[in-house]
Order: sequence, then C-alpha cells, then structure tokens
Amino acid sequence: MKNYQTIVLSNQEISPGYFRMRILAPGFGTQARPGQFIMFRVQRSLPPLLRRPFGIFRTGFLPPDCDGLPPKEYLEILYKVVGRGTGIMQELHEGDRIEVLGPLGRGFDLGRAGEEKILVGGGIGLVPLFMLAGELINNGNVRLLMGGRTRDDILAVTEFERLGVETYVSTDDGSLGEEGLVTQVLKRKLDKFPEAEVFACGPMPMIRAVYDICHERRTHLQVSLEALMACGVGACLGCVVKGAGHSEVQPRYLCTCKAGPVFSADLLDWESLGKEPGYCEGCRS
Amino acid sequence: MKNGDKKQAAAGHKPNMAVEIAGIRLKNPVMPASGTFGYGEEYAPYLDLERLGGIITKGLSLRPKGGNQTPRIAETISGMLNAIGLQNVGIDAFIEYKLPFLREVNTPVIVNFFGNTLDEYGEVAQRLSDLPEVAGVELNISCPNVKQGGIVFGTDPRAAAEVVSLVRSRLNKPLIVKLTPNVTDISVIARAVEEAGADAISCINTLTGMAVDIHSRRPRLANRTGGLSGPAIRPVAVRMVHQVVQAVSIPVIGVGGIVRPMDALEFLIVGARAVQVGTANFVDPQAMITIIDGIEKFLVDEGLADIHELIGSLQV
Repeated sequence: MKNYQTIVLSNQEISPGYFRMRILAPGFGTQARPGQFIMFRVQRSLPPLLRRPFGIFRTGFLPPDCDGLPPKEYLEILYKVVGRGTGIMQELHEGDRIEVLGPLGRGFDLGRAGEEKILVGGGIGLVPLFMLAGELINNGNVRLLMGGRTRDDILAVTEFERLGVETYVSTDDGSLGEEGLVTQVLKRKLDKFPEAEVFACGPMPMIRAVYDICHERRTHLQVSLEALMACGVGACLGCVVKGAGHSEVQPRYLCTCKAGPVFSADLLDWESLGKEPGYCEGCRS
Repeated sequence: MKNGDKKQAAAGHKPNMAVEIAGIRLKNPVMPASGTFGYGEEYAPYLDLERLGGIITKGLSLRPKGGNQTPRIAETISGMLNAIGLQNVGIDAFIEYKLPFLREVNTPVIVNFFGNTLDEYGEVAQRLSDLPEVAGVELNISCPNVKQGGIVFGTDPRAAAEVVSLVRSRLNKPLIVKLTPNVTDISVIARAVEEAGADAISCINTLTGMAVDIHSRRPRLANRTGGLSGPAIRPVAVRMVHQVVQAVSIPVIGVGGIVRPMDALEFLIVGARAVQVGTANFVDPQAMITIIDGIEKFLVDEGLADIHELIGSLQV
C-alpha cells in the first residue's frame, strides 16, 4: 500500500453510465486481495479535492512485450458516473497520468473450502465480487446473483460465467433475466443450499435485505460496504460505520476504510444499518 | 547585499530550515494539523515521518470519545466539511497504545487535546506533564464548555484565558493554543491567551459551515454543521495569521488550506514561524514532503541562507 503515479491503459463505457478503466499497476496490482480498494486521484488540479474510493475489479499481467522485460501488471476498476469526480474520470484516455493509493482495506475471507458460495451483487456493487469469485471457484461451486434496476445495470456477467460461476440475473423492470429483486432469488437459492455462505455488495437497501434473510437462516454473511472517504487509511475517521454493540453510551465506530470495507455481518450494528439515513449513496458533489 | 550576491552566498549551502517554537526545535517548519494525521502510525507506510518538523496528534480527551453520527464528511468546492465529533481513544489508551510508536520516531511529538470542562482540561494537562516523549502540547479551545451553557471557550476572551491559565498551571511543557476563526476579532482572543500564559498560537481551526443535499433537502452532515477546511479557507487563514502576528509577540503557527509549497510560503511571509498541513494529507500523503522540499528550493532560488530571513518579511 503506497501512493503510485501511473497511467490509464484504457477507459471504456461498458453499459450506459458505467465505465471500465484499466490502469498500469507496476508492483501493486497483483498484491491486491479480493475486496480491497484503491483511492483514485482524478486529476492533479483541484477540484475535486478528495480522492475517490473504488473497489478493485480485476488484476493481472499484460501480454509480454518483445523487450525481454517481465510482463507488466494491470488493475481494473468499474465505475458508475454519478458526480463531478466520476464525470472527470470518464473523460480520461490511454496515457493520461493518474495517482492511486492502495491496495487498501480488509478484503473477503474465503470461508470454508468445499461449501457452496453465493455472491449477491447489486449494480456497481458487483465490482469486488469478481476477484473473489476467481479465488472461490478453485474450492467449490460459486453462484452469482446479480440484480439491477434495468438491463443497463447488469455488468460483466459473461466474465463471471467464463470463470465457471453459475449466474442468475434479475432486474426490477424485467428487462433482463427474472423480474424482481435479487433477494427473491437469494431466498430460493438458500432454500436449496441451506449450508451456503453468502458474500454481498450493493446499495444499502439491498445489503439490509440480504442481511435480514441470512440472519433469519443463520447463514454466514460477509458484506462489502461503501462510504464517503477522505483519507482511505484510517486517519480522518470520516467513513465510519456503527459496529456491533454500538450504543449512545458506548459508541463503537469502525472505519470502513481500515476495518472494512468487507465486514463479517456479525461485526456490524444491524439495529441502525440501512434503517437510518446517513449511508453512502456515492459522492455526487 | 544585491540579489545576485545573495544567490552566490547561498550557493552550495543548504539553507537553514530549522525553527524554534516555544522551546521546541523543529528541523523544518512543516507539521501535520491535528485530526488529519491520526496518531502518526496511519501514515507511516506513505511517508518518512522523520522528515517532518514535528508530529501533531489527533485531539485527545480525558475519556475515549465515540464521535458523531454519519455522514461525517462532505466535499465542497475546494474544501471539505467535517463533523467527526473529536472521536479519539482517550488519553490513557493513547499513552499505552499510540505513544510507544511515536516515541521511536525521531521528530518532536506535540499532543493535541481538548476538554468539555475546565476540570477535564486540567486533568489531561497533568497527565501529559509526566511524559518525557511529549515535546509540547497543542490546546484545542474550540469546544463548548458544557458546565457553562455550552459557550465555546475559544470564542470568548475571558473563557479562553481561564482555560489557558488553568492548563498553564498544571503543565510543565511548551503550550501552543489553537484558535478558532469563528470569532469577530481573532486578535482579541490571541492577546487574551498570550497574557494567560500561552507559549505559542496556532491558527486557524476550521470555519463552521453547512451544505445541503438539494434532492433529499437534508443537511449533508448528520451534525448539520461542520468545520470547513482545505484550499477554500486559505485566504481567510492567511489574513487571520497576519492579524495575530501583529497582535502578539509569541510565535504563531499558520494553518489553513495549505496544499502546495507556495501556500506555506504565504503563511511564513506574513509571519508564521511554522505551518501545519491538514486536508492536503488526504489528497496526497506525500504533500508535506513536497512542501518541505519546495520551501527549501524557494530559499535557495531566492538566495536566502536562513528561513528566518523569509519569516515575517511581508512588504506593505
């Protein structure tokens, strides 16, 4: 985890309003564990002032050049254009200079080998699940339940399929896959595989619903949370979430950037999470 | 000396960057602002802490403090609002778990602290007095006095003087007092804390602000209001440092929106003997190193052998 000055390799719109950016990641791309993130500095000049956190979608090596040097590492993020920062990012081109801090945060625990694994992704929340799927598939069956408002919000499903993941798509308007919420599909899958472990990332209402389902069935759940962040390294305490056992008298706040962004569900305070306003809806400023 | 001669005089020699604040010798005038640098260890992977003039810790209180509800931060144009709520581990846990790391770092450690009552301020000051590894303290007086109708200590000259003289009497270390800018005339407060025994002043703390989400029509901070920091506040900070420098004879540390070396130079020229860098650490963890190197380069380019030739050199 360091600050790296690097360049954009490619930046393409993969679905209306969603982009995939590949950056050169020498010495840090392949260090990343599933569920970790980077803090992305959109441009050298201000504004926007703060960096933006993005989950890491994929890392790997570029095909070797004929220069005899070892192959170069890359890292990919997928992002949705929601405000000023991502608005500037969508204009970046190959060769543009950027800065990233990372890889940061605590990623997913891979769980028990051999057990069924169910990944639940909502919209752009799909991002950290791809690297996770890549690791889990070595140890057993992996299913991806992918939900979105419309077909435009369903991303990268074929890439999961290429890993060998069974995928199930649902959309609120029925424009792709099953009509309805991804949580309906989750209930059915858990009926069939009651021993499965669940990994979820998506908008807070979805996370909340997934928790309620898993809690009732005593299913082990890990969630990856989103938060507005300033530093990304546990210094500013701006991105906190309430931990299990939190109360007015005994406040217990955990940094999403350092204790998370992935949390085992039993570490969080579900009395408040997703029930109170104040959760992240992306930086629109 | 003519400009050309000066350049020659300085050529080949590194200019002196060291300054002294209230008896604390800093190898250069650049330090992190309290609350933007954790307890130092958070940033250790990203920069060489020993290059810093000093390290100022997150604000500590007598007992651990949980902090505010979320959202706690909001970005604005060239600034950020925060209402963290002074979340901290408390003075005892700081001494047990955080100070051992700082002890090994070869740069002065300045502990920032605050209280909700005079008693709390006095108690923390007493405990800090016993610690040889603490070079000095920075007193945050931008908090409400819960025993006196919530008046903010630092906005009233009498309340400010009262807390400073109490801390002074319980503390055997250099005392820096950090001033809030949310006052009508900062020089009145500056004089009051100087008379009450402050060894140095740092200013400014954040400017109280507010931002609204127009779609939900809710405040963007759970606390409704928060402290504005970042480049947006720098001209206000430079003006206030200028006023305070003229009002007092103790050293002044300039704080507020420093991002680039030239920003720090502005504060030094108006008379700040040192500076603190805050929000910029979030944007670029190397910002303080860039600023230190940039100040040194400026001295060389201007043919100045000593940073003191620059400090307070404002031409009016």
